[in-house]
Amino acid sequence: MVWETQRDSCKIHNHRKTIYSKATSPGSAVSEKVRNRLEELDDLEEGSQKELLNLTQQDYMNRIEELNQSLKDAWASDQKVKALKIVIQCSKLLSDTSVIQFYPSKFVLITDILDTFGKLVYERIWSMCTDNYHSSLPENFMPENVSDTAKETCLNWFFKIASIRELIPRLYVETALLKCNKFISKTGVSESIPRLTATIRGIGDPLVSVYARAYLCRVGMEVAPHLKESLNKNFFDFLLTFKQIHGDTVQNQLVVQRVEMPVYLTLYSPAIDWILQCIAYRAPEALLTEMMERCKKLGNNALLLNSVMCAFRAEFIAARSMDLITMIKECDEAGFPKHLLFRSLGLNLALADPPENDRLQILNEAWKVITKLKNPQDYISCAEVWVEYTCRHFTRREVNTVLADVIKHMTPDRAFEDAYPQLQSVIAKILAHFHDFAVLFSMVKFLPFLDMFQKESVRVEVCKSTMEVFIKHQQELTRDPVILNALLHICKTMHDSVNALTLEDEKRTLSILINGFIRMVSFGRDFEQQLSFYVEARSIFCNLEPVLVHLIHSVNQLAMETRKVMKGNHSRKTAAFVRACAAYCFITIPSLTSIFTRLNLYLHSGQVALANQCLSQADAFFRAAVSLVPEVPKGITVDGKTRPSEGFLFEFLSNFFSTLLVVPDHPEQGVLYLVRGLLNVIQDYTWEDNSDTKVRIYANVLHLLAAISQESYLYHVGKVDSNDNLYGGDPKFLAEINKLCETLILQILDHLKTLGRDETLKRQSALALFLFNSILAHGDLRNNKLNQLAVNLWNLAQKHGFADTKTMVRTLEYIKLQSKDPELRHFSELASRLPLQSRT
Amino acid sequence: NCLIIRSVGCIQTNYFNEVLSGVVVITSKDPTQHQGISLTMEGTVNLQLSAKSVGVFEAFYNSVKPIQIINSNIEVLKPGKLPSGKTEIPFEFPLHVKGNKVLYETYHGVFVNIQYMLRCDMRRSLLAKDLTKNCEFIVHSLPQKGKLSSSPVNFTVTPDSLQNIRERGSLPKFLIRGRLNSTNCFITHPLTGELVVESSEVPVKSIELQLVRVETCGCAEGYARDATEIQNIQIAEGDICRGLPIPIYMVFPRLFTCPTLETTNFKVELLVQLGIGVESENLQGENYCRKDVRS
Repeated sequence: MVWETQRDSCKIHNHRKTIYSKATSPGSAVSEKVRNRLEELDDLEEGSQKELLNLTQQDYMNRIEELNQSLKDAWASDQKVKALKIVIQCSKLLSDTSVIQFYPSKFVLITDILDTFGKLVYERIWSMCTDNYHSSLPENFMPENVSDTAKETCLNWFFKIASIRELIPRLYVETALLKCNKFISKTGVSESIPRLTATIRGIGDPLVSVYARAYLCRVGMEVAPHLKESLNKNFFDFLLTFKQIHGDTVQNQLVVQRVEMPVYLTLYSPAIDWILQCIAYRAPEALLTEMMERCKKLGNNALLLNSVMCAFRAEFIAARSMDLITMIKECDEAGFPKHLLFRSLGLNLALADPPENDRLQILNEAWKVITKLKNPQDYISCAEVWVEYTCRHFTRREVNTVLADVIKHMTPDRAFEDAYPQLQSVIAKILAHFHDFAVLFSMVKFLPFLDMFQKESVRVEVCKSTMEVFIKHQQELTRDPVILNALLHICKTMHDSVNALTLEDEKRTLSILINGFIRMVSFGRDFEQQLSFYVEARSIFCNLEPVLVHLIHSVNQLAMETRKVMKGNHSRKTAAFVRACAAYCFITIPSLTSIFTRLNLYLHSGQVALANQCLSQADAFFRAAVSLVPEVPKGITVDGKTRPSEGFLFEFLSNFFSTLLVVPDHPEQGVLYLVRGLLNVIQDYTWEDNSDTKVRIYANVLHLLAAISQESYLYHVGKVDSNDNLYGGDPKFLAEINKLCETLILQILDHLKTLGRDETLKRQSALALFLFNSILAHGDLRNNKLNQLAVNLWNLAQKHGFADTKTMVRTLEYIKLQSKDPELRHFSELASRLPLQSRT
Repeated sequence: NCLIIRSVGCIQTNYFNEVLSGVVVITSKDPTQHQGISLTMEGTVNLQLSAKSVGVFEAFYNSVKPIQIINSNIEVLKPGKLPSGKTEIPFEFPLHVKGNKVLYETYHGVFVNIQYMLRCDMRRSLLAKDLTKNCEFIVHSLPQKGKLSSSPVNFTVTPDSLQNIRERGSLPKFLIRGRLNSTNCFITHPLTGELVVESSEVPVKSIELQLVRVETCGCAEGYARDATEIQNIQIAEGDICRGLPIPIYMVFPRLFTCPTLETTNFKVELLVQLGIGVESENLQGENYCRKDVRS
């Protein structure tokens, strides 16, 4: 590689070989030359520094990213000189403090490039060793294991860097290559770090120098974590130059750039924090104490104090809280922002506990200062942190006081509007510590605190998190009026946020939370109170259907609870109460939009009313259900997909019919008027073209009618006389039923005829068999007509070869088996009339 | 036909009686007839005057001619015939200095050049041209052990101590103290020391170390002295903290420096100059310390 020859290396930096003689040249010529040197930036081909002056921050970052990329490209294309030039160019930017607030960000961007560079060089030299030895170097290799070429290359790098004219690039680039010292000698790193530490003293600007120290410490920790000495030395050197901050040079610069001192000082924090963190890592207690003492000696400097609190172990800080508070209080007002100091202390106290005896005093002392902070943002950033401490060690009384103070500070000029995240975090911290909602709401200021969240989205977030905690931690049912009021208020807030634009998911989440709350409310035996709570809840949560559904179920449950308590015998009072429950449901259901929900709730509520002997209410529910059926749409949306509704309707109707068995006829209406009504509706309903659902329902109604014609019904509702008792097997009643059956069977047979076409023969066969089975199970086959019908259906099922032979065989065997029953002797005769068609 | 000399390593010599060893490689397709192969070693010091000096020393200029340090000749092979292919002839060549001359280290400067060449000649019959090949070899002194006494020097820079300033009155007041750990350094070791800005009326902008090489050519009639900047290293940037010592540290660049040389005809020395820039004006202070560098 040509560039690694020594001649080239010198070309890079000594390309301006001006010649002058000290003896003969006049002084001005020399001055001229050096002035040029000072002002002229090395003319590197790639992007000069001046170009970067008029850029926005984003452009600047993009530009640096470009440099980073071109570094990688240059390296990849073996242009090592160019790569080094780019790195020097970049690190040169770090001597520029013309936009001082941007300096820390710039530092991060540029050290990133330096790290990349250091890694590239290290890996290259590493690979030179591997080539020669055919196996890679061990992780903890010795310089003896390194080949001579690798060593020579490495040395060349260091010679090259040593000849970089400017201090800051030389320093940074050498630091970036610190790890490469390992190739040359064992002691290389441990010699370089102290030297570099000392070299940093040459940097005049305190900000630039502290960041250079931070970088050195960072790389040092990475390469040689055991070399702690230099870390301390760096920090002490920094303390020595600390007074520079107040020097004229810095102050003038701040005036020119219009930067306030407190803002300027905060720019130091990241660097000092980092240095101190390196020092504090696994450091003995004594060292930390010494560090703190040294900071103290510099007149309680707030900047240092803050960094000490950020970097040192929380336990260490917590144990000295009282001292620190005293020190903070003594700090100069004009310097580093005090609220940051209290914030840092608070952060430590959130992690570690101070001595038991100091706790209250710490809170008092700290809060005394915090409460005096004028700027709401400063105030809340402190208060937010200290709430954690208060919650950890004190009772609701103190927390309440804190809340009151926060409200007092954040209310004027609607300051809370800019502090929602902090206020939210306050709530989160309180909720994390107070799970008992009775205690929580006994803090007078809790709800007023919630009222500060006036932006709806934030407000709802807070309410949601509160409810989540409630649902998670509330173990017992409650009737505590404080909790109920407060939570109703919170739930109402959540509910009121629902509008036309609210997403379904959001509605579902809110409903689950509100339902969770409703579930936890119980007034014990005071059912009326419970009902009136449900009434109130209904009026509050009317826009959330899942909540209404939940309420209807709750009220039904309440009615059944009442029945249980009364053991089925309602007093006049309880009868009135359950009627009220029914009325509640009856007027609530129509407000729901989902039709199946309504249908099911009508049916369910009707069943509950029936169970509570509220016949007219039950009747009303069933009638409502009947009149609702025509409105069932053909398709309904389930989980965002449209599905045909027939299946659901079939299911519902079957359920409905089985309930209708026990519903007694209305004294003023005709026989089985509900069944007839429902049949009319079914007949008029527009069914799917290619489905047999309607006929299957008719078949099910046949089963029902068979059950109704029994002398004593299969099931009853307690204390309710069903039709079996009302009619007592009256022949007229039975005749009505027969007539109805005949009509139905005719309808079914008509339908079977329409299925005579080729493509529907399979359905015809299945349906015929279904009807056959129905007749077999429910019909009286001693009746000749019915018997003949059954035989015809059997034949129809087999006629076109679509019947499943196995099923037919099994059915026939069943009939034969049944015929052994003395009462069913006629089955054997039937069986003899049922031929089995063989496939072959 | 091709002729290559490959000398083995460079000569590391302290005094005389060292030997240059190597190998002459001859490759040819056909067998070659030759009239003998010989090696010639030549060492010269070339002096040149800078343009600035020419006016003053024009007469003198002509008198500057290369000084020969060494010139000797050996025969490697008697006339004969070489087989085809590659022939390697190893040789050892003692270094015999001419008269009472000293064998200086190889050095390439601007005005002074010390160069050692090895020439290989293959004489051939009248019809064919003679073949010649030149090759430079480097003379490098072995480090002298324990001979260098460290001689620390303290220095102070004030407006009054400056030598090359016209208007002394207009200078702002400052006081800079410093120390060089030694004015005699090994060329392989860095120059170290430290420096304290005790006070300065105006903010410091930069402090730089300048490594300057001074070459002097001359004889009894007069001399020419030329300085060249070799390296410039910034050791302080910005308004540094007063009273805090900052380190002076400079690594000597590998090729452009050499140990200090002093002979009757020429001299090569290294100087370190201190440049201090302050904000209001440009360079204000300049200080120099002569420094001997030993290999």
